[in-house]
Amino acid sequence: MSVLVFVEGLNGEIKKSSLEAASYGSQVAQAMGTTATAVAIGEVHEEALAKLGEQGISKVLYDADDRLKQFVADAYVKVIATAAQQESAKVLVFSNSNIGAAVGSKLAVRLNGSLATNVTELPKIDGGNFTVTRGVFSGKAFADVNLTSDVKIIAVKKNSTDIISNGGSTATVEKLSADLAESDFAAAPKETVMQDTGGGVLLPEAEIVVSGGRGMKGPENWHLIEELAKELGAATACSKPVSDIGWRPHHEHVGQTGITVSPNLYIAAGISGAIQHLAGVNSSKVIVVINKDPEAPFFKAADYGIVGDALEVLPKLIEAAKALDK
Amino acid sequence: MKILVCISNVPDTTSKINFTGDNKEFDKNGVQYVINPWDEYALTRAIELKEAKGGSVTVLNVGEADAEPNIRKALAIGADDAIRVNAHPKDAFFVAQQITAVAKEGGYDMILMGKESIDYNGFQVHNMVGEMMGIPSVTPAFKLDMVDDSTARLEREIEGGKEVVEVKLPFVASAQQPMCEPRIPNMRGIMTARTKPLKVVEATGGEAKSEYVNYSKPEKKSGVKLIEPENAGELIKLLRNEAKVL
Repeated sequence: MSVLVFVEGLNGEIKKSSLEAASYGSQVAQAMGTTATAVAIGEVHEEALAKLGEQGISKVLYDADDRLKQFVADAYVKVIATAAQQESAKVLVFSNSNIGAAVGSKLAVRLNGSLATNVTELPKIDGGNFTVTRGVFSGKAFADVNLTSDVKIIAVKKNSTDIISNGGSTATVEKLSADLAESDFAAAPKETVMQDTGGGVLLPEAEIVVSGGRGMKGPENWHLIEELAKELGAATACSKPVSDIGWRPHHEHVGQTGITVSPNLYIAAGISGAIQHLAGVNSSKVIVVINKDPEAPFFKAADYGIVGDALEVLPKLIEAAKALDK
Repeated sequence: MKILVCISNVPDTTSKINFTGDNKEFDKNGVQYVINPWDEYALTRAIELKEAKGGSVTVLNVGEADAEPNIRKALAIGADDAIRVNAHPKDAFFVAQQITAVAKEGGYDMILMGKESIDYNGFQVHNMVGEMMGIPSVTPAFKLDMVDDSTARLEREIEGGKEVVEVKLPFVASAQQPMCEPRIPNMRGIMTARTKPLKVVEATGGEAKSEYVNYSKPEKKSGVKLIEPENAGELIKLLRNEAKVL
C-alpha cells in the first residue's frame, strides 16, 4: 500500500502545481503510515526528479519513452496504472490540471476508484471514512465528499497546498517501462503549439496575475499591464469582453467560461467584476481592484482597492514595483 | 451523423448559493436553473455540424423532472429529440455510467458536452465516458471540425498551449469557448420544441463512488481597504508588508 503522485514536467523541470501535488501526497502518506512514490513521464531532468525528496517523495518511477514527450491520454493512463499496480497504490494524487484531471478520470474507471477533483484540503481519515473537501458552485462553496471505493484518486486544486521543503532530501529514481502498444497512441496529437509567453509566466501556474478589462480602453495600452506583470513576476490575463473584441487572445480570458485561476494575488485593472468574471477568480487569496467607478461590484470582493483611472494608476504602481527590493 | 449532446441543469450564475438541513443539502429555494453554460457550446456546435453535414442531434440529461424546461429549451435551440434518464445525478461516475448506457444503445458518432458543470465543477464525466466506451475523449476542446465523413479535427487546450488532434468517429469531446457563439431559441424554435420527442428512461443500476456529506461557504472578506489614487504606490508597500504577497 502506498500513495502515488503523478508529476508533470515543463521544460525539463517539475511544474509548481506538481510540487504541490507531491507535497499533498507525501502528507497523505504520512497520515496513513506509508510512503509516497511519484511517477513522471516524458521530458524531465533526473536531478529535478531526485529533488522531489524535498517534497517528501521517497521514490520516483520514470518512463522516458520518447513517444511520451507530448501528452497522450491513453498512453499516460497505462503508464500510471502500471506504476499504481507495482506500488499497490491506494491513493493517487494529481494536480487539477487539464492533464491531471483527464488522466485521473480515466484511471477512476480503469481502477474502479473514487475520484475527487478541485480538492482544496488534506483528507480527513477517520476509521473507514476518507473525506476530502473540494470547491463547488464555481468558488461559491465547498463540499465534503466521502470517497467510498478502495482506491481513491485526488486532483488537487492549484495553489491550495503549501510546497513542503525538506532541504537536501533526495528521492531514488527508477526506470519504469509500461508495455505500450501502437494503439495507445491512436489519439496522439498531430501538433502541439505552445504559447509564446515572451519569457513571462504561464497563467495557470502563476502566483500573481495582472488582469485588464475594458477600462484599459484599447490594446495599445496593454503595455502597462505587461510592464507591471514583468516587475511583479506575474502572468497577464483579461476579462471576457476584452478577449471577445479581440484585444487579447482567448487563452488569457479568466472567468466562468474561461480559465479559473487561484493565485496569491490578483490585480484587476479596469474590470467591473461581473459575477461571471468573479467565478473565475474568487478563490484568489488577495484581490486588488482598480476602477474609476466606485460602484463597480468588484470592490465588494476586493481586499484592496483604488478608485481611479487604470491608465493613470498603473504607471504609479509600476514605478513603486520597480523600487521594491527583489 | 448522429450526435449526442449531454446537458446539465444548473443554478444560474447569478444565484445565491445556500444550503439547508444542517448544511447537508443545496437549497433550491428561489434558484433559477439554466442549461450549464459550457454545455451550450457543445449544443450549438452540434447543431451547426448537423446543419452543415446532415444528421441528428439528441439531447441527454441525467436528472429529475425539474430539468425538463431546460431540456425543452435545448430542443428549441435546435436539437431534434431528447432523452432524460430519470435519476438524481449522484456523482460523476454515476452520470458517466448512465450516459454510456444511452450512448451504447443509440450508436452515436459523437458525444459532446461542456468541459464541466458550473455547480459541481468536476471536469470528469467526458473522460469517464470515453474510458467506459473505449473511444477517444478530447477535452477541453475549443475547436471542432470534420475533416471527412469519418474523421474530426479538434483543438484542445493544454496548460500553456494547444494540441491539434484528429480522431476517427466515434469519440467524446468536451467543449469550451471559443468553439462557437451559443444560440438562443427563436419563436419558431420554441413552438416546434413543444412537439419534439422527449423520452424518459429509468437509470440502469449504476453506483456512485463518492458521497456528498456536507457543504460550507468561504469566509466573507473583511471589506476593501481603499487607497487614494494619488498615493497608488502605497498599495505595493501594503501588498508586501501587510498582505505579504509580494
